Amino acid sequence: MTAQAQRPINVAQTRDAVPISSRVHWIGALDPTLRTFDIILKTANGTTYNAYLVRGQDGVAVIDTVKEKFSDEFFQRLESVANYDDIRVIVLNHLEPDHTGALPELMRRAPHARLYISHKAQRMLKGLLKQESFDFTPVTTNDTVSLGDCTLRFLNTPYLHWPDTQCTYLEEEAILFSGDAFGCHFCDPRLFNDLVGDFRFSFEYYYAHIMRPFREHVLAALELIEPLHLKIIAPTHGPILRDQPARYVARFRELTEPRLKKESTDKTLLVFYLSSYGNTAKMAEAVYAGASEIEGVRVSLYDLEGGAVEPFVDLIEDAEGIALGTPTINGDATKAMWDLLSSLVVINLQGKVGAVFGSYGWSGEAVGMLEDRLRGLKVRVPVPGIRVKLIPTEEELEACRQFGRQLAEIMTDKQKPKVIDFEDL
Amino acid sequence: MAKAQVTFADIGETVTVSAGTRIIEVSEKVNAGLVYGCREGDCGTCIMQVLDGWENLSQPSVLEEKVLRDNNVGRHCRLACQAQILGGSVTVKPA
Ligand SMILES: Cc1cc2nc3c(=O)[nH]c(=O)nc-3n(C[C@H](O)[C@H](O)[C@H](O)COP(=O)(O)O)c2cc1C
Ligand code: FES
Repeated sequence: MTAQAQRPINVAQTRDAVPISSRVHWIGALDPTLRTFDIILKTANGTTYNAYLVRGQDGVAVIDTVKEKFSDEFFQRLESVANYDDIRVIVLNHLEPDHTGALPELMRRAPHARLYISHKAQRMLKGLLKQESFDFTPVTTNDTVSLGDCTLRFLNTPYLHWPDTQCTYLEEEAILFSGDAFGCHFCDPRLFNDLVGDFRFSFEYYYAHIMRPFREHVLAALELIEPLHLKIIAPTHGPILRDQPARYVARFRELTEPRLKKESTDKTLLVFYLSSYGNTAKMAEAVYAGASEIEGVRVSLYDLEGGAVEPFVDLIEDAEGIALGTPTINGDATKAMWDLLSSLVVINLQGKVGAVFGSYGWSGEAVGMLEDRLRGLKVRVPVPGIRVKLIPTEEELEACRQFGRQLAEIMTDKQKPKVIDFEDL
Repeated sequence: MAKAQVTFADIGETVTVSAGTRIIEVSEKVNAGLVYGCREGDCGTCIMQVLDGWENLSQPSVLEEKVLRDNNVGRHCRLACQAQILGGSVTVKPA
């Protein structure tokens, strides 16, 4: 590391590029007053839009740009270290507007530049530039572009966190331009992880809201990233990770592994209910009892009234099935149930089994509404929900037990391969 | 009407349908694990892997070819919202 890079700098006071290695400069922008990002994320001290410039013997590459509003800052930093005519390569690691806002103007100013994006980004580019034709090279894992004495190698890492996301690795400097992965919303003009304030909370919070829904994709990306020799990780938001970058990769691995190690190999079915007069509670107990009869399924029963939502989200992430019981109140399912469902956006539910049941007084809309919502969340709803008018009879409770058995059998693949006619569906 | 069979490998269900049915219509009914976005051959969300009976599906349109190419998917992948089963049997699973 150069002495210059070591010295604490304060980029809030300059519009110069900041060297991060012998060939690479930071040419991003600071946004210290931002308090909410993308509607969903809070940030107590703002964020940074990190963009980078790589200079090789045969020309310059720009990796990502900034949000449009911050274009001036970006162009001034760029101009402090390069001429537009030198730019041969523009890499966009994903096309979210906070990294592509300055792109149209950059393309106008850099006539010799060629755009490198992932295959999945092509259709997004059209949506972004609102033009029918533009020239670019789609790239995927292990494609490279050379700047003479240095090489940019691409890693296809979809859904971290947009479908078109890739990372770019500068081989000769062992720098990974990681896009939103390993980033966070933390604005500190000292830029480097060994110089800035304590940003651990932001790093974890960012992972939990942005990366967690794509756990499987994070694991696939780690397979590509972990074998790399890494001197620096240069993400698109927050501190540049030059001190022990591998620790951040390891932390991603930890966060991606199941929160609580399973105590058995059985499939997990979680039964959640809410009940004002105890009717839905009786149904829940019957569903629970029925499912518990099936070997290979571990069933748990929870009254939502007695639990905070967060821990349930963790449990659901690792469960194979959920059954939800709610009465109909004012023509709707209960608020706590909706709260639980709306909290599930941070996890991937695809392929899990879901089911709904509940007691009602006269109209009984709740069960259908929750079933629709579950399908909307990409949960399979293989068994039609059960609705019971007011107090369940012994027969109706037996139907609930059967419902539980059926769910558990589906979860353990005990149901035989089925042949059905479309007409009967 | 001519009949055909589509099997969803992820849930072990086989459905007898009329020839010409789009896979999306069936998979939605039986709650197979295929997911959808636009439903009109644009977003690539519904890409599925055809394990068997590839030749029993309608030819991909130019648009579908383009979406598959843009997404850089392997051979024998199709869009569930576009592919129609023409006869015989076909086995699919989420890609
Ligand atoms: C964190 C985040 C997650 C997103 N998830 C999706 C998604 O799942 N599906 C989708 O079609 N677009 C998704 N988008 C893209 C937005 O819908 C898109 O950028 C849209 O143009 C934003 O509209 P707005 O300008 O009204 O906020 C996501 C964007 C962000 C920032
Ligand atoms: S659902 Fe969008 S392409 Fe099929």
